[in-house]
Amino acid sequence: MARIQAGIGCSHIPVLGFAHDTDKEQTDYFKPAFDGFNWTRKWMKEEAKPDVIVLVYNDHASAFDMSIIPTFAIGTAEKFNPADEGFGPRPVPVVEGHPDLAWHIAQSLILDEFDMTMIGEMDVDHGLTVPLTMMYGDVEKWPVKVIPLAVNVVTYPPPSGNRCWALGEAIARAVESFPEDLNVQVWGTGGLSHQLQGPRAGLINKEWDNAFLDKLIGDTQELRKVPHIEYLRETGSEGIEMVMWLIMRGALGKSTKALHRHYHVPVSNTALGHIVLEPVDNSVPPSPTLEGNNDAAQAMID
Amino acid sequence: MSKQDIHSYLAEFDDIPGTRVYTAKRARKGYQLNQFAMSLMKEENRKRFKENEEAYLDEWDITPEQRKALLARDYNTLLDLGGNIYFLAKVFSTDGLSFVQAVSTMTGMSVEEYQAMMNAGGRSPVGLRSIKEKN
Repeated sequence: MARIQAGIGCSHIPVLGFAHDTDKEQTDYFKPAFDGFNWTRKWMKEEAKPDVIVLVYNDHASAFDMSIIPTFAIGTAEKFNPADEGFGPRPVPVVEGHPDLAWHIAQSLILDEFDMTMIGEMDVDHGLTVPLTMMYGDVEKWPVKVIPLAVNVVTYPPPSGNRCWALGEAIARAVESFPEDLNVQVWGTGGLSHQLQGPRAGLINKEWDNAFLDKLIGDTQELRKVPHIEYLRETGSEGIEMVMWLIMRGALGKSTKALHRHYHVPVSNTALGHIVLEPVDNSVPPSPTLEGNNDAAQAMID
Repeated sequence: MSKQDIHSYLAEFDDIPGTRVYTAKRARKGYQLNQFAMSLMKEENRKRFKENEEAYLDEWDITPEQRKALLARDYNTLLDLGGNIYFLAKVFSTDGLSFVQAVSTMTGMSVEEYQAMMNAGGRSPVGLRSIKEKN
């Protein structure tokens, strides 16, 4: 049986990918940002060794233009190439998917009334590849399979924090019903506070960001109730990406403990946040839907 | 908690100082502008655009205001006219500008001033949360 072993939250700041790719991790400017990942890189390699990551991120006008705006999209391909974001693709390995688990999750989610968009072909941008770099460093091949889960946080309205949390819980139910023995992590990426546009650009809110990190730990569900307007006012227009972390948090169940935490300002325009969480009580509520509780419907899931 | 409908949800976005939230209304207004920007993901298009911006823009169904703001790289006006920052990033990347360089042009600060503010911990939200509340 597949199980969710841990959750990771991590900003996906493009310049960190650039710093890695051009061998600048140890420069004065970037070192404090990267040092906070030493613990995680070691833990990933020596202890955690996940088989699959459900990697929640947003596309930044790379794979999707304005002609299609899926709220929740799941990547079901065998592989995903790093996107060319205007200056050539990042020189990082091709991302291997896990189509069996991806389709299993997609089917299970739809029966749980999360009406997913399935993406059979897609390039993945810095939103997905930067967190992989932060957690694995320099590798010939990513030592893990990745299921991209893209969330619309660009065109309003994005999904609510509560909906994201509930999606995480549904992902947990889906993973649990996958027969193969797999060690799965769920990652939430993006944030923390940043605003890339308008006269208010450059906004950073350390207090709010750290309170957000605090509330991912333990059994509080307070973050489900944070409205979009609060992210906008307190954390800048692009701080809304933090709702994606709630998918990760929801997937960890009732209660969590933090294994590692890191916060650093500044990295270009953005506050860097990172947390590694382990479920303490991984229970999630049962499916609230008709088909989710229908044995015949569930048996149809591949 | 009072009941909130889509109108009051959207109205609150106009109460944030110095911020244009990318609402459906803006997305509709800026559709062609953003699709133009997206076209600059391709090297051949970047080359054609750089060679002759006016001629390249002739191929796109954008408004005269959008065209003028594009040629002037007036990013605040482009946001007002429905541009989205991740799409507009294709324009400033074509110009060889980083996010920090391009973003600073929207703040009324020089690149150096903006960079110094970021290195000192960024812009505080104090006084910039709400126009009405002045907090």
